[in-house]
Amino acid sequence: MLRWIRGVAWGAIALLGFLTLAVSAGWLVTDGPLSERGVATEPASLPIGGPFSLTDHRGRAVTERDFAGRPAAVFFGFTHCPDVCPTTLGDMTALIEALGPEAERIHWLFVSVDWERDTPDALAGYLEAFDPRIVGLSGTEAQVAQAARSFRVYYRRVPTEGGGYTMDHSASVFLLDAAGRFAGTLDSKESREVALEKVRMLASR
Amino acid sequence: MRRNLLRLALLAAVMPLAAHAHDGHAPGGVTASQVWTRAVGATAPTAAGYMTLRNHGTVADRLVGAETPAARSVEIHEQRMDDGVMRMRPLPDGILIPPGETATLGPGGVHLMLVGPTRALARGERVPLTLRFERAGEVRVELTVEAAGARQPSHAGH
Ligand SMILES: [Cu+2]
Repeated sequence: MLRWIRGVAWGAIALLGFLTLAVSAGWLVTDGPLSERGVATEPASLPIGGPFSLTDHRGRAVTERDFAGRPAAVFFGFTHCPDVCPTTLGDMTALIEALGPEAERIHWLFVSVDWERDTPDALAGYLEAFDPRIVGLSGTEAQVAQAARSFRVYYRRVPTEGGGYTMDHSASVFLLDAAGRFAGTLDSKESREVALEKVRMLASR
Repeated sequence: MRRNLLRLALLAAVMPLAAHAHDGHAPGGVTASQVWTRAVGATAPTAAGYMTLRNHGTVADRLVGAETPAARSVEIHEQRMDDGVMRMRPLPDGILIPPGETATLGPGGVHLMLVGPTRALARGERVPLTLRFERAGEVRVELTVEAAGARQPSHAGH
């Protein structure tokens, strides 16, 4: 009996020690002195970003391999979105302009989750209002599902009155480094200076 | 019955105001300021309308609809962020403006959705828009077209 209690106690101490170590190591890497300042807002090992096969707004079939070798900023949305998507693409446009020639080192991608309405042509027309370096990507229902899975993106088609529909979707901009590894997100609530600093760091990776 | 009479009386009181509504102003009713939209291409499926509405009256009013020659129809929507997910839904009851208060339509919140713009909207342009209120009736305003993806009207400081 006594031995059993002692065993449990030692187990608890070991577990507590492990947790303390794990938490402080996590802190060191994410927020502490070992963190990659500016870009990584979450552990860089998060499995975000992965295989996809889509069609760009010029009608060219592409996969993640076409965007390898350079960092990327990736945003999921849809063209029937009057508010958050133009806001984000407008922010992207402003960042691209602020970066100047450095912006060429980053792939700027807008992936549509609206497989039915967002044809390459629809995307091309929609993107006309924004920086021409932003590439629109769309695909079949299955292709969009695969891309969303690769980026852990949530989306859902929601019927509206009158037979139409709208799309719920994750609204983050994902940053990937040149090796395709997750390197943080842009938050719509942070200042343009912070966002610019993040993409500047990204361009140099 | 008495309620219906009251409603009729109110309607009668409001009618002449509605008829005289111009420049975004219905005397004693609702005014709209900072009325703006964002540039879109000719094939853009939607555009947004933003503004600040002020109720100068002593009773609550409600924005219930809008029209513009620049779009097939106009809907009133709310957008919310839940846990990083953007959700947009129509507001079937419109937008309530309590007496003496303002309601702000802006990016990331409540907006007018211009469904099916009939043409491209270019920065700097002005687009007529008619707002329909439950009490103040029709109020005619103009949307100023800002840059695509602008976060606020360019004269926001005024
Ligand atoms: Cu909307």
